[in-house]
Amino acid sequence: MSSILTSMRQRWLRRIRVPHPCAGTIRLHPRRVYIFPTYAGLFYTLTIFAMFLVSINYNLALGHALVFLLFSLGLVGMLHTCRNLLGLEIDALENMPLHAGETAHFCLRVRNTRARPRPGLEWSGGSHPEPQVMHLAPEADTILRIAVVTKHRGWLALPILKVSSRYPLGILLTWAYVWPDARCLVYPHPRFTPLPDAVESDGGEGVASGRDGHDDFAGLRERQPADSLRHVAWRIAARETNNARPLLVKCFSGGATRQLWLDWRMTEGYAELRVSTLTGWVLMAEEEGLEYGLRLPGLEIPLDRGTSHRHVCLQALALFREMA
Amino acid sequence: MTASTPYAQVLRHASLPWLLAVVFVTAAPHALHQPVWLVTAAAGVLAAVLWQWRRGYKVTQPWLKILLVSGGLVGILLHYRPLIDYEAGIALLILMLALKLLELKSRRDAVIVVTLAHFLLLTHFFYSQSIVTAAWLVLGLLVVIAALVRLYEDPERPGVALLVHASRLLVQAMPFMVLLYLFFPRINGPLWGLPQEKLIARTGLTDSINPGSIAELAMNDEIAFRVQFHNQVPLPRQLYWRGPVMGFYDGMAWRGGYSVNIPPELERRGNPIIYTLTLEPHNQNWILAMEMTPRPPEVEDGMRMRINNAGVLTSFQPITSRKRFTFASYPDYRLDAQASTTMRRTNLQLPRGLNPRASALAKGWLGETRDPRQLANRAVAWFRQGGFRYTLEPQVLGQHAVDDFLFETRGGFCEHYASAFVWLMRAAGVPARIVAGYHGGEFNAGYFVVRQSDAHAWAEIWVENEGWLRVDPTAAVPPEMTDESVRNLAAATQSDDWLIALRNRWEAIGNHWNQWVLGYNPAQQYDFLSALGLRKPTWRSLSAVLIMSMTLCLLLLVAWVFRPGRETDPARRIWRQACRRLEKYGIVCPPWESPHALSRRLETEAPHVAPAVRRLATLVCAARYGNGNPPANAVLRAALKSV
Repeated sequence: MSSILTSMRQRWLRRIRVPHPCAGTIRLHPRRVYIFPTYAGLFYTLTIFAMFLVSINYNLALGHALVFLLFSLGLVGMLHTCRNLLGLEIDALENMPLHAGETAHFCLRVRNTRARPRPGLEWSGGSHPEPQVMHLAPEADTILRIAVVTKHRGWLALPILKVSSRYPLGILLTWAYVWPDARCLVYPHPRFTPLPDAVESDGGEGVASGRDGHDDFAGLRERQPADSLRHVAWRIAARETNNARPLLVKCFSGGATRQLWLDWRMTEGYAELRVSTLTGWVLMAEEEGLEYGLRLPGLEIPLDRGTSHRHVCLQALALFREMA
Repeated sequence: MTASTPYAQVLRHASLPWLLAVVFVTAAPHALHQPVWLVTAAAGVLAAVLWQWRRGYKVTQPWLKILLVSGGLVGILLHYRPLIDYEAGIALLILMLALKLLELKSRRDAVIVVTLAHFLLLTHFFYSQSIVTAAWLVLGLLVVIAALVRLYEDPERPGVALLVHASRLLVQAMPFMVLLYLFFPRINGPLWGLPQEKLIARTGLTDSINPGSIAELAMNDEIAFRVQFHNQVPLPRQLYWRGPVMGFYDGMAWRGGYSVNIPPELERRGNPIIYTLTLEPHNQNWILAMEMTPRPPEVEDGMRMRINNAGVLTSFQPITSRKRFTFASYPDYRLDAQASTTMRRTNLQLPRGLNPRASALAKGWLGETRDPRQLANRAVAWFRQGGFRYTLEPQVLGQHAVDDFLFETRGGFCEHYASAFVWLMRAAGVPARIVAGYHGGEFNAGYFVVRQSDAHAWAEIWVENEGWLRVDPTAAVPPEMTDESVRNLAAATQSDDWLIALRNRWEAIGNHWNQWVLGYNPAQQYDFLSALGLRKPTWRSLSAVLIMSMTLCLLLLVAWVFRPGRETDPARRIWRQACRRLEKYGIVCPPWESPHALSRRLETEAPHVAPAVRRLATLVCAARYGNGNPPANAVLRAALKSV
């Protein structure tokens, strides 16, 4: 029994054109909302039919009325089920980059512009095996997070999502495919190996003095999340009895900033391993407060530091394709 | 199993009380019909689950479930020995529904409970299809739908909102139900086997008459049948509704006599009275037509009927559901003017050795006259002048029942009088017999109601060339001789006029319900559609009408359901109106532009409207985002006008 219904549903699905990712706000219009009876609906229909036979046999006038009422209820329920999805608006939001192997959380804004609630929306898609249930209040929006486990570096596109609803009677399932054109940059998986000590200078000026050089202490500032723990002024932090104040980090300045060129040629192994190594180095160099640059075959990112520079480097690594 | 139920399908705690309510609402009225042990067990399970729900619901241990199921099954098996009874089916359904509450794990279990509850709702119609039952079941259906909605709804939503939504669904479904009810091609039941007869063991006339058998009915207010006259209303003295005719007397009871199932020799005079009779089921075969009906239609309302030579109309099968017949009766008639010798002889038989004084009395009259009519008058005069009383509480009669009545107790109900009269007539050599039926009726809102209390027995004597003449000896009793018990009964029913009026009103509504809702059968459907102008409606044309009207209705509903929603925030609504106004003047107001941004832009693009727009923009923003006192809507509207 179940296989019949499943195969029917699949045959039905094959007739539906394969959707493609849509940019901008997606509004569910009737052409992309589908409806099909559920097993509960099948059970409901069989029960109504049995009730109909009983009504005929025992000549129950009100039995007929009840059967007709239940049938009509199914019909009305069909409209209400469809309406639960129709007109729903979905926007993709910006996503933070992350490293391969971590779980990406795509953020979508789901908006109900109607003056009625939309209960029981089930979202499936992404890496989570179970659908997420959402109850949207009237004229409200909610952020939907779709978790996708990342495996490879590069751009990760949001997989196709299915939003479905059985509300209100559960005898019909309505669903729509939602495929917002959202993507998320996946940095390579970092491989932490010691930073190269000696770095070849490029042009002779400002040779990095190596890891054990000391710069001038320039002062203290509040710690940002990206600051290395090594530079935290732990003594000052220890003096603080209450933890209300943020940690302070030591700032260094002076002409002798350490510079480091991270070069593709300095790494060994197969390409992905090399990319991973470089990624690890970029992260460590940024954490150590070095000025670093990146050299990849066919690409060079000049010396710099800071979060945006790190992002440029990591993005280059994420999207790097070795020429054959 | 629990572990593998996906989170979305786990039954929420909030759903449980609704499922309990569903089982309660659908099963409770069955407590009147089901065995006590089952009702107690089901109530116990409900109470236990309710208690559990408050303390944290857990699925019951398997051994306990098995015990309860097998116990219940054995109980049903023992109680309903032949299991073909549908009451056994109802019992089984209730048992399963109650026990399913013990193992609610996922949404699927809840769906099973709710769907079975739908079926249980239907079973109430086996017992009653009155307005009250229908109203209760609509309420029950409301709870059932609300429980179903609860399964898919936000658990935070209050129960009242669910009921409101359920009633919204119900109201929207109603027009479709009406269309289906009217136009769905009806099929005449039964499909398999007749309904059980024990269902409709109702009170009414029996096929024998003994002292007290009709007096029993005098207290019974139930409606026997209703009549609607189409061309003229007969006189009260013509309102005799003919039931079984009895010609055989064993000294105690009258039973059916000699009759042949051929139409009577009936000479009709005058115009017929045409009427529709709606007969309540009485589980007997009599169709209580008014005297006197010639040959009836062979089949009406699905019943095959026949008439015997005593003029008694009967159906082939017992009347187990409400039936409607339309007849033409001739109150002025001559029945069996040339009765056969057998007919005459059988209606002269008397048991030997009984009632010697009565026989002697009748024979004494023969000296005065031999004319049957005069003899009958003599007998009636005897009743009138003999100090006879009309009472519901007659004394017990001995072996010579007629003698005791005529000479000792002198008090009785109609069957005593009819019985004594027939005895006297037969003893005097006049063929006579007893007719049981109903007499009279009560006019109520366009139709006559005949109740069980109108049951009556009268007599017929046969006169050469005149046929059978009706004689109602009870009518001879002077009204002042009516016994206190009868007057009390009458007084009891007359005391509260407004109560009577209320009852009559209610029964009139009930009659309309019966006629138009419950009585809507294939024949009526045919008539209705013909009246609509559908010539010779077939199932094809019916389906066409049905589909077209349903589609139309559906389109209307779609338009209603998907109507554009109103803006709920008044400030935003006013702002949108302002934008629409501005667009009429050719100013583009894109939806993403904030009120202030628009007003700033207008300062360069359309300086003449800019101040008004700026004022409105400030007010709208204050209403929507400001803290403190938002401006009143009237102020906003005034600002809108200036735009």
